[in-house]
Amino acid sequence: MSASAAPVAPAPTVHRHNLRRRFSRLALYAVMIGLALFFILPVYLLLITAFKDFSQVSLNRMWDLPTSLSLESFNRAWNGGAGTTGMRGSFVNSLLVVVPATVISCLLGSLNGYVLSKWKFPGSETLFTMILFGMFIPYQSILVPLVQVLAAIGLYGSLSGLILTHVVYGIPITTLIFRNYYAGVPKELVEAGQIDGSDFFGIYRHIMLPLSAPGFVVVAIWQFTSIWNEFLFGLIITNDPRLRPVTVALQNMSGSQFTQWNVQMAGALLVAIPTLIVYIFLGRYFLRGLLAGSLKG
Amino acid sequence: MQIAQASTAASTIRKKRINYDRVVAILMILPSLIAIAVFVYGFIAYTGFVSLTNYTTPKPDFTFVGLNNYLQLFSERRFQENIRNLIVFTGLFLVTCLLFGLALALLIDSRVKGESIFRSIYLFPMAVSFIVTGVAWRWLFTPGDLEPTGLNLLFDRAGLGFLQSRWISDSRVWPDIQIPGIKVRLMVPLAMIPVVIAAVWQMSGFCMAMYLAGLRGIPDEIKEAARVDGCSEAQLFRHITLPLLRPITLSAIIVLTHISLKTFDLIITMTGGGPGNKTEVPSLYMYELRFSQFNTAEAAAVATILLLVVSVLVVPYLVYNRRVQEVEG
Repeated sequence: MSASAAPVAPAPTVHRHNLRRRFSRLALYAVMIGLALFFILPVYLLLITAFKDFSQVSLNRMWDLPTSLSLESFNRAWNGGAGTTGMRGSFVNSLLVVVPATVISCLLGSLNGYVLSKWKFPGSETLFTMILFGMFIPYQSILVPLVQVLAAIGLYGSLSGLILTHVVYGIPITTLIFRNYYAGVPKELVEAGQIDGSDFFGIYRHIMLPLSAPGFVVVAIWQFTSIWNEFLFGLIITNDPRLRPVTVALQNMSGSQFTQWNVQMAGALLVAIPTLIVYIFLGRYFLRGLLAGSLKG
Repeated sequence: MQIAQASTAASTIRKKRINYDRVVAILMILPSLIAIAVFVYGFIAYTGFVSLTNYTTPKPDFTFVGLNNYLQLFSERRFQENIRNLIVFTGLFLVTCLLFGLALALLIDSRVKGESIFRSIYLFPMAVSFIVTGVAWRWLFTPGDLEPTGLNLLFDRAGLGFLQSRWISDSRVWPDIQIPGIKVRLMVPLAMIPVVIAAVWQMSGFCMAMYLAGLRGIPDEIKEAARVDGCSEAQLFRHITLPLLRPITLSAIIVLTHISLKTFDLIITMTGGGPGNKTEVPSLYMYELRFSQFNTAEAAAVATILLLVVSVLVVPYLVYNRRVQEVEG
C-alpha cells in the first residue's frame, strides 16, 4: 500500500465520480421501468381480469391475480350468451373489410406514388398537396354527404360501402408513403428503362415493383392497423348489427349493462390481439408508417 | 456524334412514346383524383352548404338561412361547454404529450441497455384501437361508489389513499370561473383529466418516436464542437438540441392537434361525454345532432367549424412543407 502511495490521492474522486455515475444510471433505469409499468398497467389489468372465471370476478379483488387460468370470459366474449352478443361475427366482418381495403389501398397508393414521383406533370405538385389535405380533415366534415352518397349508390349499410370509404380516405397517406419511397429510386433507372423501350407499365412492373416490397409492407401494415382500429366509419356506415366491425362491437359490448366486465376485458384483448401481433413482429415497418404520417418520414 | 445522329430517328419515336406515357400516367392517377375531388372537396362543400340551410328536421329543406345555424349553436349552453371541453382537452393533451414524448425520447437516447425493449413498450399503445384504450382506462378510472375500485383501489392498497379521486365521475369544474354573459363555467372540467391521461398513454409513444428520430439526426460533431467550446450539457440541450428539434415539434403539434380536434372514439367509450356533458366535445355533439336529433344543418355547422379550425393549422403547414420540399429538391 505504502509503495503505491502516490496514485492514492486522485483515487477517491474517481471513485466518487463512478459512484455518482452509477447512482444516476440506477435512477435512470428506475424511472424507465416506472414509466414502462405505466404503459403496461392497462394491459396487465386486461390480462388478469380476462383470465378469471366468473366466480372470481368481484370489484374489490380486481387487482388480485387469477387463482386459475380460465377461458370462460374469452368464450363468452367470442361466442356470446347470457345477454352478450359474441364478437365472432364482427371479427369476420372486420377481416372482410380490412383485407380488400388494404390490398386496394396498396395498389392505388403505389400507382399514385409512381406517377407523382416519376411522371410529374404541370400542376402535379399542387394536386399532391391537395390530396394530402384529405389526410387531415376531421371526418365529421364529410359524414353528412357520405351517408347520402353511399345510400344513393346502394352501398350504405354494406361492407362494400365501408371498404370504399376506407380506400378513398386512405388515398392521401398511401400516396404519400409511396411517393416518398419512390422518390428515392434514381431517375437514371427510369430513363434507362425508357431507352430500353419500356413504356409506363413496363417501367412500373420491371423497375419499380421489384423495388417496392418494403413500401408495400409499410403501407399494408399502416392500412391494416388503421382500418382494424377505426370506429367512426364503422359505426355510421354499418347500421345493421350483424355487419358491425370489431371496434363497434366492442364499444357496444362495453356499454351494455348485461355484459360482465371480465367479458368486456376479454373482448378488448381479442380486438387488440391482431394489431399487437403485427406490431410485435413488424414494429419497424409500423414505425415507418407512423413517421410518414407526419409528412417527412 | 455519329451515334447521336444515328439515333435521332429512334429518339423522336421515343419522345412520342414518352408523351403517350405521360397521358397514361395522368389517366392512371385520375380515378384517385376524382375520388378525392368528390369525397373530400365535394363533400366539404356540400357540408358547408347544408350548414347554411334550414335542414334541421329529417325532411330535407334547403331554404337558405345564412349563418343562423352557427348563431344558434354559439348561443347554446351545450355547445359553449363543448368548445370549453375541446380547448381544455386539446391544450392539456398537446402539452403533456409533447413534454412526455420528449422525456421518453431523451431517456431512450441516453444509451441504456434494453433500449429497444423500452421503446417497444412505450410505443405499443399506438397499435391499439382507441376503443380498447377507452375500455381499459374506463375501468381504471371508475372510482367506485361504496368501495374504491380501479386505480382508487390500487392507491388504497399501496397506502396512497390521498391520490384517490372521483375521476370520470367528477362533475366539478376547477377553478370555477364564471364571467357574466357567458353561460358556461370556465377552466378545467375535472372529468377531462382521466381522458387526457388515456390519450397521452396512447399517443406519447408517437411523440417519442418523432423526437427520437430527431435526436438521432443531430450530428455528433455539432455536440462535440459545442462541448469543446465549453458548453455544459444543460446549455447544449437548451441552445442546440431544442432548436434543432423545432421542426419536429411543429409536425407533432399539427398531427396531435388534428387528432385531438376530431377525437370521438376515446371519449365515447370512456365517458360517453358525461358526467353532465363535462367531457362532451363537438365531434360527439355533431354525431348526436345528425344521427339522433336528425338536425342535419346544425350537425353540418359543427362539422364546418371543426374543419375551419383544422384548416387554419394544416393549410399553412402543407404549403410550407411543399416549399421546403421544392427547395430541397
